[in-house]
Amino acid sequence: MGDVTHQISERIPIRLVVNGVSHTLDLVPWTTLLDALRDHLALSGTKKGCDHGQCGACTVLVDGRRVNSCLTLAVMKDGAEITTIEGLATDGALHPLQQAFIDHDAFQCGYCTPGQICSAAGLLVEGRARDADEIRELMSGNLCRCGAYPNIVAAIQQAMGQP
Amino acid sequence: MNNFQYARATDVADAIRLLADPGAKLIAGGTNLIDLMKENVERPTRLIDISRLPLRKVEETADGSLRIGALVPNSDLAYHPLIEQRYPLLASAILAGASAQLRNMASVGGNLMQRTRCAYFYDTATPCNKRHPGSGCSAMDGLNRNHAILGTSASCIATNPSDMSVALAALGALVHIAGPSGERAVAVTDFHRLPGDKPHVDTSLGTGEIITAIELPPRGFAQNYSYLKIRDRMSYAFALVSVAAALELEGNAISGARLALGGVAHKPWRSLEAEAALRGQAATPDHFSHAADVLLQGATTRSHNGFKVELARRAIVRTLTQATNATPQSQAHKKIA
Repeated sequence: MGDVTHQISERIPIRLVVNGVSHTLDLVPWTTLLDALRDHLALSGTKKGCDHGQCGACTVLVDGRRVNSCLTLAVMKDGAEITTIEGLATDGALHPLQQAFIDHDAFQCGYCTPGQICSAAGLLVEGRARDADEIRELMSGNLCRCGAYPNIVAAIQQAMGQP
Repeated sequence: MNNFQYARATDVADAIRLLADPGAKLIAGGTNLIDLMKENVERPTRLIDISRLPLRKVEETADGSLRIGALVPNSDLAYHPLIEQRYPLLASAILAGASAQLRNMASVGGNLMQRTRCAYFYDTATPCNKRHPGSGCSAMDGLNRNHAILGTSASCIATNPSDMSVALAALGALVHIAGPSGERAVAVTDFHRLPGDKPHVDTSLGTGEIITAIELPPRGFAQNYSYLKIRDRMSYAFALVSVAAALELEGNAISGARLALGGVAHKPWRSLEAEAALRGQAATPDHFSHAADVLLQGATTRSHNGFKVELARRAIVRTLTQATNATPQSQAHKKIA
């Protein structure tokens, strides 16, 4: 729907490719990507924590880059490819990060986990983290109030192929 | 968040035309604007989406400058090979700010436009001259630990939250602007304003104007530089004090110096006086300390932020030492050398 330019109407038709499936949605422009995923596409794996970009629980991949979906307007992502926690596993096989989080018990309550794993998936693609300090720094946008940080770092190191 | 209309600009001229609507605001990354809209601090009646405009290039110009499109994401700029090689001070400052997710979203132009994180500016239940001109300043005699010590006014002691802008100020960057009456360029140090009696005006951007690019002059200070950010937690927090330092050395003598601070004023605080005090001197802690004194002359404090003066003094000396030793502060490995 590349022709919404200047269209000033309450609902705007957009297309999102979420976890490989194309969806057409009619959304009011103040719908965040987070609310579009949870309330319009019933993908509740992406969590609403602070809703202000401070906790990272809402992290998803947009065209392969990790972003805070709570601070993203869905209409601005018309045509984008979105990957959420529900889209990481392939053919029933867990994503290496999902398996690593289980192996390292990298959670307690689990509420931050979808955001942690999507953020870590973005981190792996970026390729900028080479050691534990850099993982900690580049994962600082994801808070874990249970304090599972040491295990989260260990899980990410495992997925990176580090001992 | 209030209801609003949405328009997608087709080009820069279209964005400028749409900005004739006084209730309209531009949106690019949206990381600050959407947050402020959720707090009812910003209530635009229309958002003009400029995120698809072709302002994403990083280009070398004939005179050796670097022109950076306003929509280049912060992360892409920090990791751009030309920035890493020629302007590592800027790369470091960008990576000291926000989180990886926010840096992926936020544009260079939007970073320049971000508003203060003063808690009273965000709290619509309290007076704030920046949010509601003439209503008063709650920070003045409130919780002002994070607030400004330089260039303050009786109306406002808010700080500019950007790290990127501090490095841009030190590097002498220009901001390119397009508007209804054509194009112009302004030094980044003149782009942000001091509060004076109009703290609701953050920048010198006029009605209908849009940032199109940032330009870095050829001198990048890639050998002797450091960006040191002091904050309440080790990552993902705004600066109490940050220092961008860049030196040109001949032996141990300083032939060129750049010094700018963040977290201390309503704008990135570059001090030409402190830079002049460094030039021609030996790169020693005594001279760094003297430059810090020059920079901090005229600092004024309120009940909770007096510590910032001494913190800034020590941070300046430390950062200049890091720059001299070519051991710039790592933003990942937190030990301060």
